[in-house]
Amino acid sequence: MTDGYVIKADAITKVYQMGQIEVHALRGIDLRIAAGEIVSIMGPSGSGKSTLMNIVGCLDRPTAGSYYLEGEQVADMSDDQLAAIRNRKVGFVFQSFNLLGRQSALNNVELPMRYAGVNSGRRKRAIEALESVGLGDRIDHRPNELSGGQQQRVAIARALVNNPAIILADEPTGNLDTKSGEEIMKILLGLNEDFGTTLIFVTHDPEIASMTERIIHLRDGLVEQDRQSERVANQ
Amino acid sequence: MNFWQGLLEALQSLSSNKLRSALTILGIVIGVGAVIAMLAIGRGAQDTITGSISGIGTNLLFVVPGGSEEVSNPKPLTLTDAEALRDSFVAPSVTGVAPIITGNVELSFAGESLFTQGYGVTPDYMPVRNVEMLEGEFIGEVHILGRAAVVVLGPDAAEELFGRSEGVIGETVRIGGQPFRVLGVMVPRGGSGFSNPDELIMIPLSTAQTRLFSRSRDSVDMIMVQAISAEGVSRATEEVASLLRTRHRTAIGEDDFTIFTQQDFLQTATTITNVLTIFLGGIAAISLLVGGIGIMNIMLVSVTERTREIGLRKAVGARKRDIMLQFLTESSLLSLMGGLIGIALGWGLSTLVGVIATSQDVELLPNMGLDAILLATIFSTAVGLFFGLYPAKRAADLEPVEALRYE
Repeated sequence: MTDGYVIKADAITKVYQMGQIEVHALRGIDLRIAAGEIVSIMGPSGSGKSTLMNIVGCLDRPTAGSYYLEGEQVADMSDDQLAAIRNRKVGFVFQSFNLLGRQSALNNVELPMRYAGVNSGRRKRAIEALESVGLGDRIDHRPNELSGGQQQRVAIARALVNNPAIILADEPTGNLDTKSGEEIMKILLGLNEDFGTTLIFVTHDPEIASMTERIIHLRDGLVEQDRQSERVANQ
Repeated sequence: MNFWQGLLEALQSLSSNKLRSALTILGIVIGVGAVIAMLAIGRGAQDTITGSISGIGTNLLFVVPGGSEEVSNPKPLTLTDAEALRDSFVAPSVTGVAPIITGNVELSFAGESLFTQGYGVTPDYMPVRNVEMLEGEFIGEVHILGRAAVVVLGPDAAEELFGRSEGVIGETVRIGGQPFRVLGVMVPRGGSGFSNPDELIMIPLSTAQTRLFSRSRDSVDMIMVQAISAEGVSRATEEVASLLRTRHRTAIGEDDFTIFTQQDFLQTATTITNVLTIFLGGIAAISLLVGGIGIMNIMLVSVTERTREIGLRKAVGARKRDIMLQFLTESSLLSLMGGLIGIALGWGLSTLVGVIATSQDVELLPNMGLDAILLATIFSTAVGLFFGLYPAKRAADLEPVEALRYE
């Protein structure tokens, strides 16, 4: 926080034990992401980008190395502490939306606040979040009554409702048609514009990456290339 | 996560798969229903039995021959023993003494015959047992002295022989082939259970000794003793015992007689019915256990099915105990609902048994206590909690990364 970096990771490694074999998914990654940046993480499968996303999103801990999220050292936190960090500081947008199918859009958006113990104004905040993604008239609909694009918008509302430090989007347009995909990207980028939210995309899609400011290429558990995107370069 | 929200979510989740939830709680329904029904019926039986024992009278003592087995040369109870008990100096707490000999008899009248129990009694039997006459009179001193061939009938015995219980005085019935004149009919006492007191017949003790039941001179089968009051029963017991010990010259602790009081009968009956109730309740509890395992099974399936949901919940900030609580709420809600339906089922079952019993002329009023309901509710919820614990723990311990990736 003090030095303006939301994410400050040093020499992060991750080793999985698969039976007898040790798999080195990350071999020492240094990463600095400043507040308000729009970053995409790319790389072929097996490059370690999912692992990196899990660690950056506090779903998992690195085997070694240090990781500060908004100045808090999260590398050695307990499961419940990590849960609290995810709740307050990380918003997730998944490829397959991951909404609770039996709950209304409103309840889905309220979920992170419930785990945060927010009681007063919860409904109001959830409605505002849904309105900000253009779903103010769909709050009582269940996911199966919504289109894919609308479901992803509910997921975005859920991700931003606790005012997180970062929003992590894992192939957010992967399950959507082109038009809905563009809308989703517009909404996400709009969040950055309006609120300065830090966005991190994990994607295969060069077109998505080209809409971001900075592209980090991973290969074999290492950063292969860290560059500004054409969008920024052309400005 | 707020309690009511958790409850609401659990309800939604359970109702989204109604058939499965219904089948899952069936085990608990049957288990709780069986426990409730068994307890209610057991208690009803207990009430009936203790009620009929209470009908005996609270101030009665029954003295029968025979005591502990080591007694050498046990002596029978005799009429002179009974006579001695009347001494108000030796036994001040005793107000009435009625020696009895009993035997099985066959009565016949105009082709109808009836096997029943006959009592050879003295006139004292009437006040001691509070006998009231429907018609006619009870056995008197004159019948004893004359060894008269007279009989007093219980109302049911009269009904079976004559088809009526009144207007039978003066008729002659045959007992064991010998003619006896009907002296009177007793008022029904009611109360069923062991033996029907309304089917008994009474004849003079002396007549019974000499003409019906062969007994060695003077010996009797039982002496009924009436204490001055219910509170005087224990004193009367002491007095009777010490007098008989003196007369029979037995050492203390080697009585050759046994004294029962109504309290003893009550205690025995209560013990028996308690054991029965516990036994039946135990069997029913096993089905409750099986129901619990059913819940555990379904909860495990549910955890596996909802792995992704668990992963998502963890990703947005659910702690271990949030997940744990969510699944425990579901499993205990399941078993609580099963318990409530089971209580209704148990009530229905026991009522049905009561109706059937009544239609068979058996007095049995199932008694479903509030404590049984409370116990069943608490116990079934506890079963759900206990058997939900393992699946819930499994859900709570899922790694968020793994759970999110689960297909």
